[in-house]
Amino acid sequence: MRVTVIDYKAGNLTSVLKTLRHLGAEPIVTDGDLSLVESAERIVLPGVGHFAATERLDAAKLTGAIRAAIARGVPFLGICVGMQWLFAGSDEAPQQPGLAAFPESCSRFPEGKEKVPHVGWNSISSRQNSKLLAGVASGEFVYFTHSYRAPVTADTAAVTQYIEPFAAAVERDNVMGVQFHPEKSGATGLKILRNFLELAGKGTEC
Amino acid sequence: MLTKRIIACLDVHAGRVVKGVQFVDLVDAGDPATQAARHAREGADEIVLLDITATHEGRQTLLATVQRTAKELFVPFCVGGGIKTARDAEQVFEAGADKVSINSAALARPDLIGEIGASFGAQAVVVAIDARRDPAAADPVGEAQVFVHGGRKPAGRRVVEWAREAEARGAGEILLTSMDADGTRAGFDCELTAAVSDAVGIPVIASGGAGTVAHFAEVFARGKAHAALAASIFHFGVSTSRSLKEELARAGVAVRLPC
Repeated sequence: MRVTVIDYKAGNLTSVLKTLRHLGAEPIVTDGDLSLVESAERIVLPGVGHFAATERLDAAKLTGAIRAAIARGVPFLGICVGMQWLFAGSDEAPQQPGLAAFPESCSRFPEGKEKVPHVGWNSISSRQNSKLLAGVASGEFVYFTHSYRAPVTADTAAVTQYIEPFAAAVERDNVMGVQFHPEKSGATGLKILRNFLELAGKGTEC
Repeated sequence: MLTKRIIACLDVHAGRVVKGVQFVDLVDAGDPATQAARHAREGADEIVLLDITATHEGRQTLLATVQRTAKELFVPFCVGGGIKTARDAEQVFEAGADKVSINSAALARPDLIGEIGASFGAQAVVVAIDARRDPAAADPVGEAQVFVHGGRKPAGRRVVEWAREAEARGAGEILLTSMDADGTRAGFDCELTAAVSDAVGIPVIASGGAGTVAHFAEVFARGKAHAALAASIFHFGVSTSRSLKEELARAGVAVRLPC
């Protein structure tokens, strides 16, 4: 199972790569080789840190290549900031547009009631027909660490409650994202990544 | 609902897990990779590995230990001890850590907090504070002092002020160890933990003094901690995170179960 992992120099890829390899996948990392996106069977966009770092995707012309891959039906998974990038943008870096696969924007948790960032294990309530979350029961726990979050919409695949409900996962056809870190979420996280890897990739037999 | 984290802490010396009372009288407690995997299997929400060797010669041993420990670990993994530069942190991240814990190096050069955060994100930077109450002060908690060098030397900073500065400089979490309580199994310093938690907007991990399940429930409620570190309570088969969390759940604490 080949999976193209996009490196846009936002944080550390080691955990994601290690986990993908543990699941039997062959990650191929690129920070700008568009041919690796054009030939991708699956794409993972990890990301910890600041939304502004996604500027590098535009600078390296990866944004257009990813958009084209998604249009071809290549399964795509954004993790944390990688999920937020699927939206139109984020208040964290208002000048930096996202991919806008989903038209809404991400915003910061309101201050005052609880600590911001939201750090730790929280439960998710998942939508029935999600491919990404198949076999994940509502109430299972995953690991979060973030200060910005996406709103709950028709594309939300799982909801988590912190201060108020937010989108823990999004899914529309082949475009998927998780706000939490599946590579750090124990058996539940491994199940979600395995679901993603087992989606029929572009150009593979199924 | 966001749950309270139980963090298994492995103090590592020269590639082996050790436990001592108030950082002296070290006893061998096993192999770090084996112990970390066991803790994750037994329900720990996170693993912290603190290298107390922290010598130049020990760095390569530590990186090899981190790599071996991270390999099959799928919960958050924090590594501390001897990280003095952003490059030291980078090597630990490349070896597989998700977070680094920095202590005396951050006090010596507070810019280090922001330097690591700039490359790896604030969530990856845990500032560890070794604290002692100041018994001579009018407010022993409010004027509690930061200590360095394994808790032996005062740093000349007040705990609450340093925690605030660490947050302002971009720390993602505070790991607060009460040197008074550490190793005593007589309970966390809840007053000091609450004072720090009230002073900052980032999560506070309480450490030092865990002896019973009730101690954990207290530090989550009265101490306003978001997570608690445990070392000696788990060693030598005393208890597992899972059984600890099952008892905490019965006491009304939100924890990750089943796990």
